Amino acid sequence: MSAARRSLALHGGLIALLFALQFVLPDYHHGNLARIMVLASYAVGYNILFGYTGLLSLGHALFFAAGMYGMGLTIQHLGFTPAPALVAGLVTGIVVSAGLALLALRTSGVAFMIVTLMFAQAGYLTILYFGEYTRGDEGFVIQQAERVLWGIDLSDPTNRYFAALILFAICLMTCLHLVQRPFGKTLVAVRENEERVRMLGYDTFAHKLGAMIVSGTISAAAGAVYGLLFGYVGASFASVQYSIFPLLWVLLGGAGTVLGPFIGTLFMFYLIDFSSGITTAYMLIAGVALVVLTLFAPQGLTGELRRRLWRWLP
Amino acid sequence: MTENSSTRTTTSRRGAIRTLAGAAAGAATMPLWARYTHAQSAEPIRIGFQVHRTGIGAAYGRWYDRTTQAAVKLINEGGGINGRPVEIVAEDDGTDPKRGAEVVEKFANQHGCDIGFGTLFSHVVIGSAPRAGELKLPYFVVSEGHHVASGMLNRYTLQPGITDVKSQVQAMAPYVTQNLGKKVTMVFPDFAFGHDHRDFFTEAVKREGGEVLAHIAIPPAETSFTKYFPKIPRETEVLYHVMVGPAVLTFVKELGEFFGPQRPEMFGFIDSLEAVAMDSPGLEYLDGTYFWEGMPRHVQADQSDHDKFYRDAVGVDDRGASVSDPTDISTYAHMFGCWETLHVVKEAMETAGYAGPGDRAALVEAVEAMTDMPHSRAHPQGAKVFNGKTHQVFGHQYISRVEDGRLVKVHTTSIEDTYYPDEVDYTTRAL
Amino acid sequence: MDFGPYILLASLEGAVTAAVLALTAVGLSLVFGVMRVVNIAHGEFFMLGAVIAWWVAQSMGGHPAVGFAAALVIAPLAVAAIAVAADMTILKRLDYDPERTIVATIGLLYIIQQVTLMTYGPDARPVEAPFDTRLAIPWIERGEGGWQLYWPWGLGTTSYKLAVIGAAGAVLIGVWLLMSRTRIGLVMRATQMDRDMALAFAIPVEKVYALVFGLGAGLAALGAVLIVPIQQAHYLMGADPLLLSFIVVIIGGLGSLPGTVLAAVFIGLSDGIISVFFSPTLAKILATLLVGMVLVFRPQGLFGSRAA
Repeated sequence: MSAARRSLALHGGLIALLFALQFVLPDYHHGNLARIMVLASYAVGYNILFGYTGLLSLGHALFFAAGMYGMGLTIQHLGFTPAPALVAGLVTGIVVSAGLALLALRTSGVAFMIVTLMFAQAGYLTILYFGEYTRGDEGFVIQQAERVLWGIDLSDPTNRYFAALILFAICLMTCLHLVQRPFGKTLVAVRENEERVRMLGYDTFAHKLGAMIVSGTISAAAGAVYGLLFGYVGASFASVQYSIFPLLWVLLGGAGTVLGPFIGTLFMFYLIDFSSGITTAYMLIAGVALVVLTLFAPQGLTGELRRRLWRWLP
Repeated sequence: MTENSSTRTTTSRRGAIRTLAGAAAGAATMPLWARYTHAQSAEPIRIGFQVHRTGIGAAYGRWYDRTTQAAVKLINEGGGINGRPVEIVAEDDGTDPKRGAEVVEKFANQHGCDIGFGTLFSHVVIGSAPRAGELKLPYFVVSEGHHVASGMLNRYTLQPGITDVKSQVQAMAPYVTQNLGKKVTMVFPDFAFGHDHRDFFTEAVKREGGEVLAHIAIPPAETSFTKYFPKIPRETEVLYHVMVGPAVLTFVKELGEFFGPQRPEMFGFIDSLEAVAMDSPGLEYLDGTYFWEGMPRHVQADQSDHDKFYRDAVGVDDRGASVSDPTDISTYAHMFGCWETLHVVKEAMETAGYAGPGDRAALVEAVEAMTDMPHSRAHPQGAKVFNGKTHQVFGHQYISRVEDGRLVKVHTTSIEDTYYPDEVDYTTRAL
Repeated sequence: MDFGPYILLASLEGAVTAAVLALTAVGLSLVFGVMRVVNIAHGEFFMLGAVIAWWVAQSMGGHPAVGFAAALVIAPLAVAAIAVAADMTILKRLDYDPERTIVATIGLLYIIQQVTLMTYGPDARPVEAPFDTRLAIPWIERGEGGWQLYWPWGLGTTSYKLAVIGAAGAVLIGVWLLMSRTRIGLVMRATQMDRDMALAFAIPVEKVYALVFGLGAGLAALGAVLIVPIQQAHYLMGADPLLLSFIVVIIGGLGSLPGTVLAAVFIGLSDGIISVFFSPTLAKILATLLVGMVLVFRPQGLFGSRAA
C-alpha cells in the first residue's frame, strides 16, 4: 500500500471508529468525546499554521471567539437560525484571520507571537467593552429552541455527537488533503527554510497567508460549532488561556502530524478529568505529566509513533 | 489544611460508596449508614457540588465548601433527607464555564447525582446551566447573579438560597440617597456583574431623586487602580464601589491613598473586601464608610440564636474569621447561601417524596411551590420569600458602618425593598 | 481633576509599574537572550517571590521593615535556587529545545501554582510596607494673583512607591554592571552570542545556563517583593507579569538590556497616560493595539538592530 493510501485508511479508520463508538460509549464519555472532537478540530486548525508552516501564534483564541461570537451574536440579536449563523461565524473567522494575517505576517518568530497575542487580547477586551451586546465575561445562553438545525435538535446527545463528528471529519480530511498537495508541501518547506523556498521562486507570503486563513477559519468553525452544540457563548473562550490550549494539545499530540491534534486533545482532556477524580491537586498531576512527556516523548505522542513505528505518518 | 481534610473525607466517602455498591453485604456492614434503618433507603442522596477550588473563585470556593460540609453534617445528624443520608460529590470547575459544563455532565452521567449545586461565579453558572437543563438535572446555584431571574436560563436552574444583585442594589438606593448624598459616582468592574450594578443602581438612584455623576468601569484583571480615580468628579458626594477578584485589597487601599484626608462619603459592596481582614494595613481610612452586607460578618449586638448556631457549626469566630486561624477571613456575606440552599433542597425533597432521579421534575415543582421561608436555623441570614415563577428568592439586606474596624449594622431593608416585577415565568416551560 | 495634575499622577503610577516590570523583564530577557528558550513559568517565579516574601515577613514579626528587609534577601535567593533546580533537572535534559521547553514550563507552571494553592491558599495576602506615607503633590496654576501653588484633590503618591522606583533603578544599574564589567557577565554575553564558540573556548555552558536561569528568576522574585506591599501576594498573580515582560522583551529588541528597560518604561507609561484620555477598558484596548502595531512596523523591536 502506498503511503497516501495507508494514511487515508488510517484517518478514515479513525473516523469510522469514532462513528462506531457512538453506539457503545456510556453517556458521560459519549458527551466528552463530542466535546473533544470539536476542540480537536480547533487544534487541527492551529496545527496547520504552527505544525506545518512553523508560525507559532499566541492569538488563536481570537479566531475561535470570532466564530463563536459571529454565530452567537447573529442568533441573539439578528434572529438568525443556526445555518446562516454558522455561515456568519465562518465569514467572521475568514475576515478576522485575513485581517490579522496581513498585519502579523509582516513579522516572524517571536515578534509574530507577540503581535498575535496583542491582537487577541484586544479582541478579548473588545468583547468586554461591548458588554451591552455580548454580556461581557458572563456571556449568554443560546436557547434550546434556537439550536434546531434543519429540524435537528442539536442539544440532543446523539445529534450533538454526529454534528461534532461531521465537523471533525471535515477538518481532519481538509488537513490531510492539504498536506499531501503541493500547497501543503510548500508550507512544510517554508517551515524548514523560508529563504530557500523564496529563492526557488515561490511566493512564500501568499502561502503563509493562505495557511493562516485556513487555520483561522477552521478555528472559527470549531468555535461556532462549540457555541451552538453546548449552548453558551462567553468571553473566557477569547482569553489567552484558550490560545495556549491548542498549542499545548498540538505539542503533546505531535506538531506537524495530522492525527496529533486529536491525540493531544484527547490525552489532555482525560488527564485532567481522570486526575481530578483522584485528587483535588489534579493540576499537580497534570503538570508532572507534561514535564515527563516532554522528557520522554520529545516529538509528542504521534511524533513518537512516527519516529518508532510508522514512518509514513503524515 | 482544612481544605485537604475536607477533601479527604469526600474522597474516602466516595470510595466507600463504590465498595458499598460492589459488595453484596450492602448497607449493614457500614457503620456510617447503620443508623439509617430501611435497607433500600440506605442509598445516599448524592449532591453534586460544583466548587471553585482553583481559578479566581478559589477564595470563595473554600468557604462555600466549609459551609456546605457543615450543613450536610447537620442534615445527616438530623436523619438526612427522607431518612437517607446526604453525600456531597465535589468537583472542581476551575472557575471556568467550559469546565463547569463538563462537571455538570459528570454529575448527571458519571456520578449519578440527584442534583447539582453550589456554583457562585455567574459565567460558570451561565455556561453550565444549559447542560443542566438538557440533562434535566435540578441545578441549585448560589451565585447572586441576576441570570436566573432575568429568564435567560431554564426550568431546572434555581436560586433559592441567596438574593440576586438586582434586588441587593436597588434596595440600597433609598438609604444611600437619604443618608449619604444624592450625587453618586460609581466604580465597578467592567464586566457583566459590574454592569448589573451600574444599570440597576443608576435606575434606582434616579427614582429616589438622586443622580449618578460618573460611571468608572475598571478593566478585568487590573492590578493598579490609582490612574483611574481622577475620573471621579470633584463634586461627588458619595462614592459607590464594588470590586471582585484577587486585587480587591489593592483597589480599596489605593482609593484611600487617592483621597487622602478629603474623602467623600463612601458606600461599597462588601465584595470589595470579601475574604479580606478589615484591619489589613492601609484600610484605617474606611472608618465611617458604609457597606452592603449579605449577612453581617461581625457579630452584632442583636445577634440572633440562628446566626450563633450557624457561625458555630461552620467554625467562624466573632469577626468572621476561621476559628482555627484568625487570619483566614470567611466570605460571610455570601456563603450562607450554600447552607440555606441545602435546607431548601431538604424541605423540597421531603415535600415531593423524592425517591430518585425519576422524581427530579417533582423536586423542581416542589421548590417552585415554596413561598415563605421564616428566619430559622435553616435560614440564619433572615426570613425570605421565594418566587416560584422566577426561581429567585428575596430577602433582607444589611447596611453596616465601619466603626473602629468593626462592621456595625445600621440598617436592615425590608423584603419588599428587594422586589421588582417578574421578568420570566419558568413554570410555563416544559419540564 | 485638571489635565496637568492627572497626567502627572498617571505618569507616577506608570513609573511604578514600569520599575517592577523592568526588573521582571530583564530577568526574562536574560533567559530568552542567553538560553533562547521561552520560559512560560517566569510569571510563577514572580508569584513565588511575593508569596515567600509574605511568609518571611509574617514569621519575622517586629517592625514591618525588619520582615521586609529579610524578604528582600531571602525571597530572590530561594526562588533562584528553585529555578536552578528546575533547570538542572528538566531544561538541561530537554537540551533547551524551544518547543519542548514551552510544554515543560507550562507543566512547571501548573506544579508551582498547585503547590502554592495547597500550602499558601487562595487568599490575597498583604505585606506591610516598611514605610508608607502619603505625599500630597502641589501643582501651580495661574490664578487672579499670578502663579500660585495649590494641592489638587487626589494628587499624591506614597513614599513607598517612590522608593520602589529608586530601588528598581539601583538594581538595574547593578545588573548592567554585572553584565558589562565582570568576568561572569562576559561569559554570559559570550554564550549568548555563540554557544558553540563558547563551548570551544571551554566555557562551562551548562553552568552558565543554570546561573542565567537562576538570575532571571531571582530578578522576577525581587520585582515581586518590591510590589507586594502595594499589591498582594496571590497564587494567580503571575499571569500579567509573564505576558507584560514577554512583550517588553520583544518590543525592546531581543537581547538588548537598555532596550528592555526603555520598553518597560514605554509600556508602563503608555498604559498610564492613555488611560487619561479614554475610558479605562478602551484605554487598555488601545494600549494593546499600540504594542501590536509597533511590532508590525518594527518587527525587530524599538531598539533591536537585527530581525528577531
